[in-house]
Amino acid sequence: MNTNKTVDLSKMEQVLEKYKNARGSLIPVLQIVQAEYGYLPEPVIGLISEKLHMSIHEIVGTATFYAQFHLKPRGEHIIKVCCGTACHVKGAKKVLEKISETLEVSTGMTTKDNAFTLDEVACLGACSLAPVMMVDEDIHGKLAPDTVGNVIKEIREAGVSR
Amino acid sequence: MTNETMHQQQKPNPQTPKIIIGMASCGLGAGARSVLKSVVHELEKQKLEADILSTGCIGMCAHEVLVDVIFPGRTRVTYGNVKTTMVPQILEEHIGKGEAVKKFGIAQMYLDDKTVIPYEGLPFFDEMEMNKGQKKYILRNCGYIDPDSIDEYIARGGYAALEKVLKAMTPKAVIDEISKSGLRGRGGGGFPTGEKWASCAKYAADEKFVLCNADEGDPGAFMDRSLLEGDPHAVLEGMIIAGYAIHATSGYIYVRAEYPLAVKRLKHTIEEAKKRGFLGQNILKSGYSLEIYIKEGAGAFVCGESTALQNSIEGKRGMPRTRPPQSVEAGLWDKPTCLNNVETFANVPFIINKGADWYFKIGTEHSKGTKIFSLTGKIKNAGLVEVPMGTTIRQIVFDMGGGIPKKRKFKAVQIGGPSGGSLPESLLDSPIDYESLVGAGAMMGSGSFVVVDDTTCMVEMARFFMNFCANESCGKCPPCRIGTTLMLDILTRITLGQGEEKDMEVLEQMSDEIKVMSLCGLGQSAPNPVKSTLRYFRDEYVAHIRDKTCPTATCVALHKYEVTPEKCTKCQACIRNCPVKAISGSTTEAAVINKEKCIKCNLCYEKCNFLAIK
Repeated sequence: MNTNKTVDLSKMEQVLEKYKNARGSLIPVLQIVQAEYGYLPEPVIGLISEKLHMSIHEIVGTATFYAQFHLKPRGEHIIKVCCGTACHVKGAKKVLEKISETLEVSTGMTTKDNAFTLDEVACLGACSLAPVMMVDEDIHGKLAPDTVGNVIKEIREAGVSR
Repeated sequence: MTNETMHQQQKPNPQTPKIIIGMASCGLGAGARSVLKSVVHELEKQKLEADILSTGCIGMCAHEVLVDVIFPGRTRVTYGNVKTTMVPQILEEHIGKGEAVKKFGIAQMYLDDKTVIPYEGLPFFDEMEMNKGQKKYILRNCGYIDPDSIDEYIARGGYAALEKVLKAMTPKAVIDEISKSGLRGRGGGGFPTGEKWASCAKYAADEKFVLCNADEGDPGAFMDRSLLEGDPHAVLEGMIIAGYAIHATSGYIYVRAEYPLAVKRLKHTIEEAKKRGFLGQNILKSGYSLEIYIKEGAGAFVCGESTALQNSIEGKRGMPRTRPPQSVEAGLWDKPTCLNNVETFANVPFIINKGADWYFKIGTEHSKGTKIFSLTGKIKNAGLVEVPMGTTIRQIVFDMGGGIPKKRKFKAVQIGGPSGGSLPESLLDSPIDYESLVGAGAMMGSGSFVVVDDTTCMVEMARFFMNFCANESCGKCPPCRIGTTLMLDILTRITLGQGEEKDMEVLEQMSDEIKVMSLCGLGQSAPNPVKSTLRYFRDEYVAHIRDKTCPTATCVALHKYEVTPEKCTKCQACIRNCPVKAISGSTTEAAVINKEKCIKCNLCYEKCNFLAIK
């Protein structure tokens, strides 16, 4: 699935031009790449290395430290199930299990149709609605194992998360 | 209509009714967008006119979606748990006829001018049980103003403190004022803010930085998010004042990646402040200049640690470094750096406006002012509370929080998240201040306040936090990297029924070692949840290790699949759900599980609402 042959580098040339002399620009650049491609493709990392005058290992070392960056392609929608304290106390584990069962993937994996990637996160800061999950940038609260399947179904049918 | 277009309004006409929808993350999560859509649709359908505005979090998160209505000349009415089906009636009666729909309304409040007429039969916001003991100083604008409108912030006294500071105070006078107020860092440690600023101010350099720590990683805490989403200008104003006091040349706000809305609001806030001359070159013609940038975190709990945060801004792996030198001497890019938390900065304009002497009177001997807590877990009124230091845990849990739902019993409150501790019922009357909490084995932390009831297993809870710390350990120093993993192994074994007698002693010893030897606060405080549960809930450890039972029947591996006849209500839910028909019983006889047939699928335990199956 991870094919690099179609990666279009032209978009990044401009971005890197803007950031090449700025201090501490690696993480913002990686964030732009992550948002643009959904992951950090190898050729782009090569380009960053060249333009920012950094070694590949330095870039990959930084990228792998943070949960936000991925070296493999991700699904169209990212589901982040909160497993923070409040959600944990209110049964997040069962919700996660149910989603995992519905999508037939385990945490960190992407569905076969590339529609969803399932992630576990530490806290989304919406504890009063616990248990919660974030689909792309939208928070869905007060989940229950019985109802979470419907939320997923709605997103799948809508095509976009809203 | 999106959030953005909503704010491109003209000067509001006081004669037009206003509909204000809570659009912070919790509101949006509860369905504020569909309520907004329905309001727009219904206004058109009923041919009514009203301004639609948005606001941040007022703290009553358990009642989201919240919609406020202001009819000209009357008090502001708050509707709670609003569903789209309620919208037509609210609009028809309140916007159309000026009559509040009392069955949906939860409170009313006066506007800034007190000449408006209240409604009969609706409680006032400040008099509600959950708000009585609170002092909303720092949260005063949250849920009240439109956070994207700098005019609304200014109308409530915003940027007056900055003006006062720049026109009438020297940097030293500002620091003296903050020192005199007794303000201490709200990020957890409680270091005196004035002292930090003073030590940063004394280092001269070509570049100096002021940083705002908005990397609220503590699971269960969301007050910084609410402040950033609800009153971002207050945080920015505090930061600019701090910058002036320490002679900062630029500043960064480090926000965690999980808060996209806060980032969006902050960007807008910075733009607006620059347009009005509160930020940028030659602020308010005082000669002082400051640029502030936003840095988005990339998902690492340890980046809440000050030196790790600085490394992350520099574009490196977010790992802490040894100190000294302290950040105030050589921090970001080796320049003098002053870092404070969101809530600390939000306190600053308030102190300048009210005066240090006034502020000093709030709170206890060594902890001044108020503290915001995010109240979550097994509690009726989940949400934000702001209380004067010295308020007791009991007041927060039972008066403001409304107690434990489903008639369950209070068991403990975890204060300070993975760095804090679980405090039992016997400590309900202890006051909340920095020293008392540390003495009790917890810590203020950033302010998460997670209540658990008698169905929560404290060993499993300790395991949960240790798992969190082991996952989030950056790996730089072995005591934290290896120590948390080893402790997690032991805790996991105990919850699986494979605990050994010596485990408790080993856990205690390792807790002390990790605390002493770890490089940064994450490792030093990681054993706290284990230590505090061993201290207050030792009997639960003993039950798991010696008797191989989990007193709350939480740890699945220890389930014996036996029915406690006294607890069985003979509802037969377990019988209906058993896939192998291993359970017998009737409406008159308690259920009995046939152990030979039982496949330990755990379904009966999950379906039993009365904890009758162990």
